[in-house]
Amino acid sequence: MPDTAPAIECESLRVRRGKKLVLHGITVTVPCGQVVGLLGPSGGGKTTLMRSIVGVQRIASGSVQVLGLPSGDARLRRLVGYSTQAASIYDDLTVRQNLSYFRSVLGARAEDIDRVLQETALSDTAGQLVATLSGGQRSRVSLAVAMLSSPPLLVLDEPTVGLDPVLREDLWNLFHDLARGGSTLLVSSHVMDEATRCDRLLLMRDGDLVADLTPSELLARTGAATAEEAFLAIIRQHPKHRAGGS
Amino acid sequence: MNARRTFATAGRALQQIRHDPRTVGLLLVVPSLLIGLIAWLFVDTPVFEQIGPAMLALFPFTIMFLITSIATLRERRTGTLERLLTMPIRQLEFILGYAIAFSLLALLQAAVTVSFAVWVCGLTIEGSLWLLFAIAVVDAILGTTLGLLASAFARTEFQVVQFMPALIFPQILLGGIFLPRDQLPDFLHFISDWLPLSHAIDALNAVATGSHDAAWIGVELLIIAAFIVGFIVLGAITLRRRTP
Ligand SMILES: Nc1ncnc2c1ncn2[C@@H]1O[C@H](COP(=O)(O)OP(=O)(O)O)[C@@H](O)[C@H]1O
Ligand SMILES: [Mg+2]
Repeated sequence: MPDTAPAIECESLRVRRGKKLVLHGITVTVPCGQVVGLLGPSGGGKTTLMRSIVGVQRIASGSVQVLGLPSGDARLRRLVGYSTQAASIYDDLTVRQNLSYFRSVLGARAEDIDRVLQETALSDTAGQLVATLSGGQRSRVSLAVAMLSSPPLLVLDEPTVGLDPVLREDLWNLFHDLARGGSTLLVSSHVMDEATRCDRLLLMRDGDLVADLTPSELLARTGAATAEEAFLAIIRQHPKHRAGGS
Repeated sequence: MNARRTFATAGRALQQIRHDPRTVGLLLVVPSLLIGLIAWLFVDTPVFEQIGPAMLALFPFTIMFLITSIATLRERRTGTLERLLTMPIRQLEFILGYAIAFSLLALLQAAVTVSFAVWVCGLTIEGSLWLLFAIAVVDAILGTTLGLLASAFARTEFQVVQFMPALIFPQILLGGIFLPRDQLPDFLHFISDWLPLSHAIDALNAVATGSHDAAWIGVELLIIAAFIVGFIVLGAITLRRRTP
């Protein structure tokens, strides 16, 4: 794995789901060591792009390189932590039972369980059944599983959705802590407010990448006061959507 | 093949079942209740002696099929399978993990059901009770592995239930419960030879009536085992990391 490789490199990535072309040729490079937000309205293709990156999406054409390796490469299976949009943990197991199962699958160390419990502030709920947890706790368990092997790349699909502002704040702080430790995080959200939390933004709409910039560039380029307005302005400027006017 | 990941998966599946008393009840108690019901229904007639052995094949097979296919379907629906497929686990390890976990349950289930049929309902067994038990276990494992394979082709619980009339009912109809297999029309007899449940029912009947020796029953067991291996391998092959 070359040290200089970007975390993610997509080249003309096209994905078809059912009869529909869901990603229309995405080309993007995600640098290492940042918290990168993948933002856009529901149905825009965020989940599909993330599935392509972690190697579970069948792709129609184009290429995806992750940490210098082709996506889906067996070597990436310990280097990429993924949490799906649904919490993707076992409801009928305790928090600790969930973590110890995924630890065995990953071949991570036993100490890693206590480390991720601590980092996600779940130590006190370790013995509790996941089904009895609040939404915020569940999404932290899912995150904890993704963090088990201390992967250099974390792909998190809508980890903050439905959480109260305090919990969201805590999670974003955790993401930045992880990035300071050298990890790269790709975090999706359909809530545009979260744009200001990211080091870098990828804006997606209807299967196209409509912008790749920093939060301050977003506001400066559009002159908008909020991320939400800025996103609307970007959409209006985008050649493909300007003509359609739906 | 990695034993740690296989057994971790088996252990985890068993932990999940332990948290679900209703499923444990369905697994361990319901086949006996149904057999008891049939014994009661045909009390004072020879019918229970005729169809009792086949029921030892039918109920465990069907229940294991349903429970296994719904358990693995849930993994698909909740995203845990998608997450696992980004991790270093192999498809065969995942399938075998489930097969091992539910085979242990099948063992318990067969012990309870066979004991109940023989000692409570008074089912007469001319042959070896151990052989009867072995066939009942293998038959329940057959249901589990068919469930593992079938769940790959279902997206919802409703679709799993749709497999019952498609995959299970024909095996019941042609398995010799309604009409002995050698009285079936030639073509149906030929088909029923290729259905695994037929062999389980044949073997159980043979032990119950003492009509065949252990070697013949051993061959039937081998045929069922071949189906089990086939279902596991097909299940692992049809489980793709990349999906559309
Ligand atoms: N399994 C599927 N089969 C067919 N189409 C799908 C499937 N999953 C998602 N889609 C379609 O792909 C598009 C993008 O979906 P998705 O990647 O989930 O977007 P997002 O995560 O941004 O909400 C949507 O139009 C959605 O309807
Ligand atoms: Mg999504």
